[in-house]
Amino acid sequence: MSVTTGLFYAFAAILLFAAFRVITARNPVHAALYLVLTFFQASLIWMLLKAEFLSIALVLVYVGAVMVLFLFVVMMMDVNVENLRVGFWKHFPFAAFVGVLIALEMAAVLMGGFRVIDAPGAVAIASASNTKDLGTLLFTQYLLPLEVAAAILLVAMIAAIALTLRARKDSKYVSPGDQVRVKSRDRMTVLKMAATQDAPPVVDSEAEKKE
Amino acid sequence: MTVTLGHFLSLGAMLFALSVVGIFLNRRNLIVLLMAIELMLLAVNTNFVAFSHYLNDLNGQIFVLFIMTVAAAEAAIGLAILVLLFRNKSSISVDDLNSLKG
Repeated sequence: MSVTTGLFYAFAAILLFAAFRVITARNPVHAALYLVLTFFQASLIWMLLKAEFLSIALVLVYVGAVMVLFLFVVMMMDVNVENLRVGFWKHFPFAAFVGVLIALEMAAVLMGGFRVIDAPGAVAIASASNTKDLGTLLFTQYLLPLEVAAAILLVAMIAAIALTLRARKDSKYVSPGDQVRVKSRDRMTVLKMAATQDAPPVVDSEAEKKE
Repeated sequence: MTVTLGHFLSLGAMLFALSVVGIFLNRRNLIVLLMAIELMLLAVNTNFVAFSHYLNDLNGQIFVLFIMTVAAAEAAIGLAILVLLFRNKSSISVDDLNSLKG
């Protein structure tokens, strides 16, 4: 048993344990942290498969960005966990049955069916740098999909901001746009009026009383 | 005894089955549902990388890159919707999402 085999079994065992804890953890924060562990083990397994660039990208993108986002959201919300776990163990036997069935069937097919390709392929592309090869392929053959992916990320960013943005209705502030657009005639009104004005006719009240 | 392609594919299958179980178990908790979906995508990506290595074809790794892009977008929008949901309903239970029920 070579070192690689031993490492594979170790990583796979920790990966499956962490994934199991993700789906059974009582606290969502613990689930998120176990998910970080899962992604890290998966990246190590990808490293065993000589996919160095993707392995590092998985750590950077998932552990560094997506999981931090998850943790932010989980910690931001005050979730009543007990309420969410009603019926958790009631579904467990059925779920376990389905899961074991899927895993056994797929393992039965895969372990038997793909034993023909034992040796990792020839040394055609294995010699050069994985990152360089990926980059060459990405910027020549897959240029248009790369642009589409960039557009998807932009749309996702705008959508996430637009969904969660809210204008506070209780705050008092002056809109800068309105301030810039204001004209002097909106602020001051010049009224035309005569400089002198005739006094109103004085009613002689004393004369009225005498009468 | 060396590691074959079947080992990696079986690992991917087990991870996928675990996340299916997770979706069954955490039917109400929307956060853990999103995490289970991430696990599923990870299992699929592992399969792609394993095939790419054993068939000596880099196109599989390119595909993984695009899957990761879409998964990141999905996670961002999903969490934004989750925040919006919690703001409006003060709950993230799937059972409370029945406003459209006639």
